[in-house]
Amino acid sequence: MKRRDILRAGLAAPLAAALPGRASAMPMPMRGTGDLGIVIERATGSVLVIDTTQMDILGRIGGLGDLSHASAVFSRDERYAYVFGRDGGLTMLDLLEMKIARRIIQGGNSIGGAISDDGRLVAVSNYKPGGVKVFHAATLEQVADIPAKWAGGLSKTVGLADAPGRKFLFSLFEAGEIWMADFAHGNKPRVIKIGKAGKWPYDGLIAQGGRIYIAGLFGEDGMAKVDLWQEPLKVERILDGYGRGEKKLPVYKMPHLEGWTEAAGAFFFPAVGHHEVLVMDGRTWQLTGKIPVHGQPVFVMARPDGRHVWVNFAHPLNDTVQVIDTMSRKVIKTFTPGPAVLHMEFTPRGEQVWVSVRDKNQINIYDTHSLELLRTLEAKAPSGIFLTARAHKIGL
Amino acid sequence: MKFPARKILGPGLLLALAGGLALAGSGWAGAAQPDAARVKALIHLVRQDCGSCHGMTLKGGLGKPLLPQNLAGRDTEALAEIILDGIPDTPMPPWRTELSRADALWIARKLKEGFPHETP
Ligand code: HEC
Repeated sequence: MKRRDILRAGLAAPLAAALPGRASAMPMPMRGTGDLGIVIERATGSVLVIDTTQMDILGRIGGLGDLSHASAVFSRDERYAYVFGRDGGLTMLDLLEMKIARRIIQGGNSIGGAISDDGRLVAVSNYKPGGVKVFHAATLEQVADIPAKWAGGLSKTVGLADAPGRKFLFSLFEAGEIWMADFAHGNKPRVIKIGKAGKWPYDGLIAQGGRIYIAGLFGEDGMAKVDLWQEPLKVERILDGYGRGEKKLPVYKMPHLEGWTEAAGAFFFPAVGHHEVLVMDGRTWQLTGKIPVHGQPVFVMARPDGRHVWVNFAHPLNDTVQVIDTMSRKVIKTFTPGPAVLHMEFTPRGEQVWVSVRDKNQINIYDTHSLELLRTLEAKAPSGIFLTARAHKIGL
Repeated sequence: MKFPARKILGPGLLLALAGGLALAGSGWAGAAQPDAARVKALIHLVRQDCGSCHGMTLKGGLGKPLLPQNLAGRDTEALAEIILDGIPDTPMPPWRTELSRADALWIARKLKEGFPHETP
């Protein structure tokens, strides 16, 4: 198939998707999905289906609603993407048929989700009504509703991540707590309020292969950690007072903790309100370094082998990407891809990285070893880029 | 009530900034209005960069919703001050380094009226 044909097929997909029961205009030829992924086009409520082997766009699927701050997880067969929209939309995309398989509006205002280790439950974190809702992955029927009740009403939930054993962890923004929903014994969860994290947790992640949950705090210097191998579960504070005494800059975009892979025995992650990437020892949980960078980091993503981390930045310094060598802990390369670099995603083994440049309506693909730009693709206000390999990673 | 400092400083600042402009009646209407190119940039900024906390549709996110029904009865100038100064001890940052007073007033007014969408 010529590229133009494929694109046209993709453009036809939204129409097909609007007619339930109809196959899309042109399904893909028989193929695997391990090298596919999606790019969120936030302004138009559409996603692009991409192929990292061909380094190309296979098509576009529309009709996904408000996709500002959207993210996605994948079914374990890597055929379906679950896209979490800002407007509470949960959309299941069929990457092979290039169409919407199912779509529900599950809340008023949501912020990300997760899929259980067995692939059967999809959980969504909601700002409004504050809490977590859980759905059957196959049908999107609701399984559980976990309102984040606290003294002040319902708290927004953030940092939702899956943990081994059909568990989900999340943090409560206003309440400042970390909770766990445990589905080990069926679809009626045991909800455990693990403890107080601190002021305004803004994101969370699962680290060390599923053993550790960490929540970043916006309202104070420090982080909260839960070791899931310890009984009883408790929250421990780490990095208390990092950056104390230095004047914090105003923060124009919340940093993300996703992608906080351990690299070379240490964690590299964004400082809040400082032009720094912080380095923490993965065993002692002590801060071991601060790397000065171009702006306030948003994503600090380790290449899968851990040798480099790639960093993008908050508005108004968001036209730049820097690469840090984790051995020397120095910036070894500065790119200026263009206005509003929003996200970066590595291919499963890390030889390429895809970078979205929102205000240039462009995706840049780099070779992560030569650090050369391989290719650019057109997209409409691209933001998050998610590859199917996430299906097999705990905490993504 | 939350920020008495602003309440006290506010009017003084306003007067100082407005200079010779008459504040009575039409209020700030006589202040410089952003030109067409600036308006386009402001719409983009609000939809995209304020949108990262308030939602691109301004229905709210980590930040409060900024739709007309949420801001009805709120003073345009007070909202502009919030935009310029941020809200201390919350994630709402000050935008003074990027936005002029005229920009902030324009944004506040448009938020109250129903904020325009970006035209491609
Ligand atoms: C980093 C996140 C963030 C960004 C970016 C942000 N805001 Fe806010 N904003 C907030 C939060 C949080 C609040 C609520 C603070 C509180 O608790 O009162 C808020 C409150 C406000 C309010 C007051 C609303 C009310 O009902 O009192 C206005 C107006 C406002 N923001 C406008 C803007 C504009 C305009 C921009 C962009 C130029 C912007 N904000 C960008 C987080 C943000």
